[in-house]
Amino acid sequence: MTIYNQIDSNKRKTWVVMVLFVLLITFLGFVFGKISGYGNSMVFFAVVISSVTSFFSYFFSDSIALSISGAIKVDKNTEPKVFRIVENLCIGAGIPAPKVYLIKDTAINAFAVGRDPKHAAVVFTTGAVERLEDEELEGVAAHELSHIKNFDTRLMVIVVVLVGTVTLLADFMARSMFYRKRSKDDSNIGGVLMLLALILVALSPVIASLIQLAISRNREYLADASGALLTRYPVGLAGALEKIAEDKEPLEVANKATAHLYISNPLKNQKGSVSWFANMFNTHPPINDRIQRLRSM
Amino acid sequence: MTTLLSIFVIIVAIAGLVWFTYNSLIVAKTRVEESWSGIDVQLKRRSDLIPNLIETVKGYATHEKSIFESVANARSAMLGAKSPQEKASADNVLTGALKSLFAIAENYPDLKASDNFRELQDELSDTENKIAYSRQFYNSNVLNFNTKIRVFPTVLIANMLKFKEAEFFKASEADKKEVNVKF
Repeated sequence: MTIYNQIDSNKRKTWVVMVLFVLLITFLGFVFGKISGYGNSMVFFAVVISSVTSFFSYFFSDSIALSISGAIKVDKNTEPKVFRIVENLCIGAGIPAPKVYLIKDTAINAFAVGRDPKHAAVVFTTGAVERLEDEELEGVAAHELSHIKNFDTRLMVIVVVLVGTVTLLADFMARSMFYRKRSKDDSNIGGVLMLLALILVALSPVIASLIQLAISRNREYLADASGALLTRYPVGLAGALEKIAEDKEPLEVANKATAHLYISNPLKNQKGSVSWFANMFNTHPPINDRIQRLRSM
Repeated sequence: MTTLLSIFVIIVAIAGLVWFTYNSLIVAKTRVEESWSGIDVQLKRRSDLIPNLIETVKGYATHEKSIFESVANARSAMLGAKSPQEKASADNVLTGALKSLFAIAENYPDLKASDNFRELQDELSDTENKIAYSRQFYNSNVLNFNTKIRVFPTVLIANMLKFKEAEFFKASEADKKEVNVKF
């Protein structure tokens, strides 16, 4: 797949995700209305809320992701080294220079957000800046800039917000139904719980496949490859990934929703937490495989 | 009637093809020109730094007249160069002259310790990186454009409309050999 196909496919998938989101919320509203007795007015609310959220997240999901991660904007005077690396790579990639942010954390990681190259930002942890060699940091920056250039960031960051909203709303509905039924002490409680369970069961694969859609592992390989094409030095990124693999420190500000944005899984799957469910959300290809591919370029 | 219609369809199809090809060629050519101006900006920035650098070095190393001259000559040669090929070779000469200048600077500890000199050195090496990256971007656009006007059937239309291949911005062979360091 070339980068141009990738850009088209990312733009298309962004629309698909947004439409699916509106449909899903409408459906949830319909079910909720039936169960709770509010009727079809809930559908109307659901359509309005989901459309607004969709629209809003297209324009603001990057700022949301940045503020969730506690990233602070830096400029040429405060961080000349990082800024210059990003600026020079952008000249090579032919994209406008994105804003640069730092997360104060000693773990090594980075991610990029933005709906298009003109509205993009790239984020590094201070650990990455301090502990990586210049050419390694350059490799990481090139990987992130490739995500921006390929429009991966548009899709990935929208998925963060929309999937987060679905989970939140499903949770909210489940709770409110539970309280409602308890207070009235209704006799159908068993039936409602059954239905609730069914909805949740039906919902999880949808959420999972949405995430899968966004983060097909090829995306990471492609960004690695186009990053290497940009720096003409694949060993740089390989070295950075090796350091990341050795580093066992998780990144505190990352969570399940934002994990797939990062260059390497920031949650570090601490011992015992790898279940089939966690694996379904395993957002990154095995790091050793990526290193090997880069070393053999 | 049918023949007339089919002739008409063929003409429309050919006109459409020419139109489409012409536009895509123009887009590719504009990209080449735009990325060329990217290189130009960096080359300009580099030559703007040089007088300042020479002044700073002169303050400490008054006797090294010949090197100042060769840097100044290389600079004016680069400013005078027009085509990508000329600019590339002039830029190579300038890079060589600057290298000798920095080698001479090694002999003057006071110069090396001066903040002004170090800042200029940083600025220059950053500009050199920027030149390297803009060259990379320019050359990839040239490659794209040149491939476009050489493949069939675009080559027919490109010849008809007199599109010429763009020049690469190359580092010359002589410059590559110069890296030999003797101990």
